[in-house]
Amino acid sequence: MFYREAGDFKTSYRDDGQTFPIRLDRWGYYAILAVAFLVVPLVIDSYWANAVLVPFLIYAIAAIGLNILTGYAGQVSLGTGGFMAVGAYAVYKLMTAFPGVPIVILIVVAGAVTAVVGVLFGLPSLRIKGFYLAVATLAAQFFLVWLFNKVPWFYNYSASGQINAPERTMFGWAITGPATTASAKYLTCLVFAVVLAWVARNLTRGSVGRKWMAIRDMDIAAEIIGVNPLTAKLSAFAVSSFFVGIAGALLFSVYLGAAEASEAFGINKSFLILFMVIIGGLGSIFGSFAGAAFLVLLPVFLKNVLVAQLGWPTDLAAHIELMIVGALIVFFLIVEPHGLARLWRLTKEKLRLWPFPH
Amino acid sequence: MTHDPTPDARHIGPVLMDLKNITLRFGGVTAIKDISFDIREGEIRAIIGPNGAGKSSMLNVISGFYVPQEGEIWFEGKRRPAMKPYEVARLGLARTFQNIALFDGMSVLDNIMTGRLNKMNAPLWSQALWWGRAEREEVENRAQVEKIIDFLEIQNIRKTPVGRLPYGLKKRVELARALAAEPRILLLDEPMAGMNVEEKEDMCRFILDVNDEFGTTIALIEHDMGVVMDLSDRVVVMDYGKKIGDGTPDEVRNNPEVISAYLGVEHA
Repeated sequence: MFYREAGDFKTSYRDDGQTFPIRLDRWGYYAILAVAFLVVPLVIDSYWANAVLVPFLIYAIAAIGLNILTGYAGQVSLGTGGFMAVGAYAVYKLMTAFPGVPIVILIVVAGAVTAVVGVLFGLPSLRIKGFYLAVATLAAQFFLVWLFNKVPWFYNYSASGQINAPERTMFGWAITGPATTASAKYLTCLVFAVVLAWVARNLTRGSVGRKWMAIRDMDIAAEIIGVNPLTAKLSAFAVSSFFVGIAGALLFSVYLGAAEASEAFGINKSFLILFMVIIGGLGSIFGSFAGAAFLVLLPVFLKNVLVAQLGWPTDLAAHIELMIVGALIVFFLIVEPHGLARLWRLTKEKLRLWPFPH
Repeated sequence: MTHDPTPDARHIGPVLMDLKNITLRFGGVTAIKDISFDIREGEIRAIIGPNGAGKSSMLNVISGFYVPQEGEIWFEGKRRPAMKPYEVARLGLARTFQNIALFDGMSVLDNIMTGRLNKMNAPLWSQALWWGRAEREEVENRAQVEKIIDFLEIQNIRKTPVGRLPYGLKKRVELARALAAEPRILLLDEPMAGMNVEEKEDMCRFILDVNDEFGTTIALIEHDMGVVMDLSDRVVVMDYGKKIGDGTPDEVRNNPEVISAYLGVEHA
């Protein structure tokens, strides 16, 4: 009753193709953005930033990246962690090589570097698909992490083998380094997440997005109607890796501050982001955010309930938490294989008529 | 230039596509043996034959999916070199499939919009920012697609996911997607397969209207003899990979070789 499209007429194709065709949706998102930009930075403390909001935003960017590749273009990838490592090490090398260049630009360049690497590892997708491609992308995961551990040039010959983010500022605020405030971290990640989500939405509703989806749904028919599979698949790898690379760069420089390839960007990271995409919903930008929120919030929530409320020992709670998360993922895949995005859409369809049954 | 007015006053133009001595083999099997025929501008050209005669292979040769071992394909007066299917599509060939090949995860509108992908060349940055050429192209092509949606009377299912549609409508959406490309030649692989009488009538009407209003050249494969004889201007008959007849429906109907090979013994 409150959420409906009746009376919301479109008079041009431009209006009909916009991101949020329903007026109430549009207002809702504007309100959320206003709160996220204007209210949250004032009240955020370092616990909320470090435990919840910053990882949520960074993983959402990575999930959008993987969703472009897997959800929209249909190319399964298990190399996300490796590509995040490329973004992290690229931004580290750039930060130390060009101390005067604004960090935001360096993060974008790190994304571009990752895009190039992504295209290289995307080449097998021209010949193989499905599980076989997933195994081929595993090679990217293991090779890249091995490379960053093995070649000292990548970590500037530091004794520990770690990379540490030096302090960089924007408009006088520290964005990286130990002096960064919670709200600076949060705002940096928020700007990237919002802009990149908007870009992803634009790409997926336009012609390149249709090429990706055509390849995903039926590659032979796509080729017959004039889609060049080579450019369609490789552009999906490039754009996806760009997003994932930026996520990796943010994870290292803004969030962690220090990283070691096999620890921060191991195969676990690839699986984590794949789960986010599957639980959130394949082929949905909203789903990428929902999946990231679910898998970031759930452990925090469980820890608070089990340890703080019930008073269980920390190690027991940690194990129980793993089991609950695992069980929930299995439950979720059985009950709603199309993810949270589908649940959200169904809710909206029901709300259109509420409280009337028909 | 020859212009043969047909009884209903459509104009059949010069030869648009000329297939010369096409032979296609799969390993030891010869699917098409030395077949030559032409398709003239503005006509409806049918390819018929019993199961396994090589009709679909012929269509796949025309659409560039198979490259024949021997023979030449001339299109618009030029010899067409061996090409990838997507390059052939860009020359102006569009097709539908015997088993519907729509993109199930996309809406009807998006499916038809994919037919216009070759007309959309906005650079990636423009698409990413949804600014300038990308937005303009989207609106212009949407307007063209809406004309086709009106023409095929599928306005009400515009935003429906294709997977939810019944069979007959899926076939129509597939036709819409092919038409959206504004093809020089439209290839239809069994457009009436598996349809009931009403759906067949609708489809026949659409095929005739497309040919009539847009002047689109159509090459089709069909099993329903009544449909083929009524629709087409000229018919090629194939059997065991060979051409056994070629001509107007009346000529083909009275060709003794066709009768014995395809329509059966002469007790009809």
